[in-house]
Amino acid sequence: MLELNATTLAFFVFAILSLGGALGVVTSSNLIHGALYLILSLFGGAGFFVLLSAPFMAAVQVLVYIGAIAILIIFAVMLTRSMTRMTEVYNRQWWLSALVGTLLLLMLALGVIFPVWGEGGMLPNQPVSNEVATTEALGVAFVSGDQFVLPFEISSLLLTGAMIGAIVLARDTEAS
Amino acid sequence: MIPLWMYLLVAAAMFCIGVYGVLSRRNAVAILMSVELMLSAVNINLIAFWRYTAPSDMAGQVFTSFVFVIAAAEAAVGLAIIISIYRSRRSVAVEDVNLLKG
Repeated sequence: MLELNATTLAFFVFAILSLGGALGVVTSSNLIHGALYLILSLFGGAGFFVLLSAPFMAAVQVLVYIGAIAILIIFAVMLTRSMTRMTEVYNRQWWLSALVGTLLLLMLALGVIFPVWGEGGMLPNQPVSNEVATTEALGVAFVSGDQFVLPFEISSLLLTGAMIGAIVLARDTEAS
Repeated sequence: MIPLWMYLLVAAAMFCIGVYGVLSRRNAVAILMSVELMLSAVNINLIAFWRYTAPSDMAGQVFTSFVFVIAAAEAAVGLAIIISIYRSRRSVAVEDVNLLKG
């Protein structure tokens, strides 16, 4: 079913990175370790983007997710150290959360593996075509009047609002 | 080539690990990290579907870019809220934020 070539090997390497990092995030008691596992998992995700012919998305994932969001999370971990280190990792309903997560995974796996949608009821095993749109087409799509310029401008408003909100929420209010 | 369902299965597993992390961790920053895992899993899903069903149309990558934007905005505001809560309660365990509890 799967021939042994570099693409398959890379897929499994990135899958192990992503899922191993994700498991490390949810099971680590030290939050800095958890943030580093998150960075590992996001690198695996960036590798998937490269495999799926979306190199710009891979670069944006590394720059924005790892370079900005994960670093911000590490800052927040360092700023919110509690006095006692003896707190537990999970709350009292962790077994229920594990059950819900497993049931959701089973449901999603059934929906993904068995033919419930797609043409003829099967998901494509091969890409439909190998003519992949380039990054230039992505740039044109963002600013072209009949494509996606309106959500693009609204997202810049969202980022401005989020930046102002974060500054107002986290600023020091004891300044005299 | 790798069939599409393998990419979707990896993304679904990452999403479910994120769901488990959100529902079971006590620390608010750890919950936020699990939410970022879920958003990254959704991105992998979107790009996999884009590549396998409509690779010449740009809608898949544009949608993924907007998910990046929303994740960044939500992480910034969420962490600002967590820092602000820490300043007044000296704790980031979500079960200590219980002023409205009856």
